[in-house]
Amino acid sequence: MALLLSANMFGKDKEQHSDEPHKDLKTEIKEYIQHHLQDSHDFSLFSYTQDNGEHVYVGLPLPIILWDNNGLKVFSSSKFHHGEEIAEVDGNHYKLYHSKIYKTDAQGTINYDEEEHPTNIKPLDFSVTKNVAMIFITGLLMFWLFTSLARSYAKNGGIPKGAGRFFEPIVLYIRDDIARPNIGEKHYKKYMPFLLTIFFFIWFLNIFGLTPLGINVTGNIAITFGLALLTFLITNFTGTKDYWKHLFDPLGDTMPWVAKIPLYIILVPIELLGLIIKPFSLLIRLYANMQAGHIVLMSLIGLMFLFKSWLGSPLSFALAFAISLIEILVALLQAYIFTMLSALYFGFASEEHDHHEHEDEPELAHL
Amino acid sequence: MEKLLNEFSLGLFVWLTLLFILLLLLLRKYAWKPILDAVNDREEGIKNALAAAEEAKKEMQNVTADSEKLLQEARTEREAMLKEAREIKDKMIADSKEQAKIEGDKMIKQAQATIESEKKAAVAEIKNQVAELSVEIAEKVIKEQLSNKDKQLKMVDDMLGDIKLN
Repeated sequence: MALLLSANMFGKDKEQHSDEPHKDLKTEIKEYIQHHLQDSHDFSLFSYTQDNGEHVYVGLPLPIILWDNNGLKVFSSSKFHHGEEIAEVDGNHYKLYHSKIYKTDAQGTINYDEEEHPTNIKPLDFSVTKNVAMIFITGLLMFWLFTSLARSYAKNGGIPKGAGRFFEPIVLYIRDDIARPNIGEKHYKKYMPFLLTIFFFIWFLNIFGLTPLGINVTGNIAITFGLALLTFLITNFTGTKDYWKHLFDPLGDTMPWVAKIPLYIILVPIELLGLIIKPFSLLIRLYANMQAGHIVLMSLIGLMFLFKSWLGSPLSFALAFAISLIEILVALLQAYIFTMLSALYFGFASEEHDHHEHEDEPELAHL
Repeated sequence: MEKLLNEFSLGLFVWLTLLFILLLLLLRKYAWKPILDAVNDREEGIKNALAAAEEAKKEMQNVTADSEKLLQEARTEREAMLKEAREIKDKMIADSKEQAKIEGDKMIKQAQATIESEKKAAVAEIKNQVAELSVEIAEKVIKEQLSNKDKQLKMVDDMLGDIKLN
């Protein structure tokens, strides 16, 4: 992993900043990490610089899909040549700048405002980026894995076979220890597909993020936002009458309505805010954990290049190794927490009995 | 926050949502439903099998208890029968003994009666014979005694003397 990353690191850095003033190693590492954490328009495995200064990239180009003012543009990311060239499609010029696509003139001029932000037009970018490709691969893998598990039941007389023997207990764990206790025996069944899908989806993507490919999908805010939004929507669309009553009438019949009015001026906004905060905490937690894990891991590997001594490299290797092990645990843990909390929110949404025993709900919800 | 917003990619978000929902729907139909159903079926099967085993065990116990009871009954019946047989036997013996005794007594009595009557008859016979003999003897004696005159007178005198004496 370290070898592959280091090869990647140098190639990328030189390429990216070749037109900028030379930076010291520390900044370079920092920028490399930043770059790694972000999505990318091509699936590069590694790159290196030849003796004559030419950059060689090994990887796959991905399709770029843009929605511009004058229609849909689809072309291969190889046209950008890793940001070094300007892509020309149907007379429009596009430039890749800091992993974002801008519309430029034929020379690729980028105009900046006073805060050094580019002012060029940004076309709507629906490209199949590295992350999208990875989601696609993970989806296919999951589909293949779990349909084969499902088929093995029919073939094998109700007993799983092969990889299913490993995954079945996890499926059962999610059913018996996440869905059932949090949602309740009556309603848990309808949430099971979502809980199972999101658990394995996050877990697999987290694990893929730890492979030498190091694709940081779950550490991307758009991804965690999308997942948390789904949890939010499912929670509120399946909310029962009691759930909404609890939201707008949290105290119920415990006191006369006159006394409730002043309280509710404060309580109801808090409840409504809690509605948003719950999924927001989900999205931030997953994002921050995965992002942090990647930063720590990459920084430790980066240390190898700072300490160019016999002590530094083994030390940073040992540390990176230890952190990798922890990250494997975190990958599972974050998937578990996301699933667990989603189940908890679904449980609130589908509860039907009296609310008084859930007065401690906010504490639970902000775990 | 600004960095986060800057990092947020709408395209990625749209792709994720689309792909995830697609994956969710596909998996729900082709994977989760069959898997959960299969697991449920298996659990139901295990539960039923356990219940059936429990039932069978109870049945077995019942059967054992029943056969035990039957055996017990058979044993008591056998004993009762034996006892009855013994009683009948005893009774029969006692009855026949009684019968024999009665019969014997009767026979003895009859014999005694016969003997008695025979005896009586014999005695009567003897008496008759004795009487006849006595009469004959008396006849002979009287004949002899009345063969001469003296003797006849003497006898009349004796008889008269006896009467006087009486």
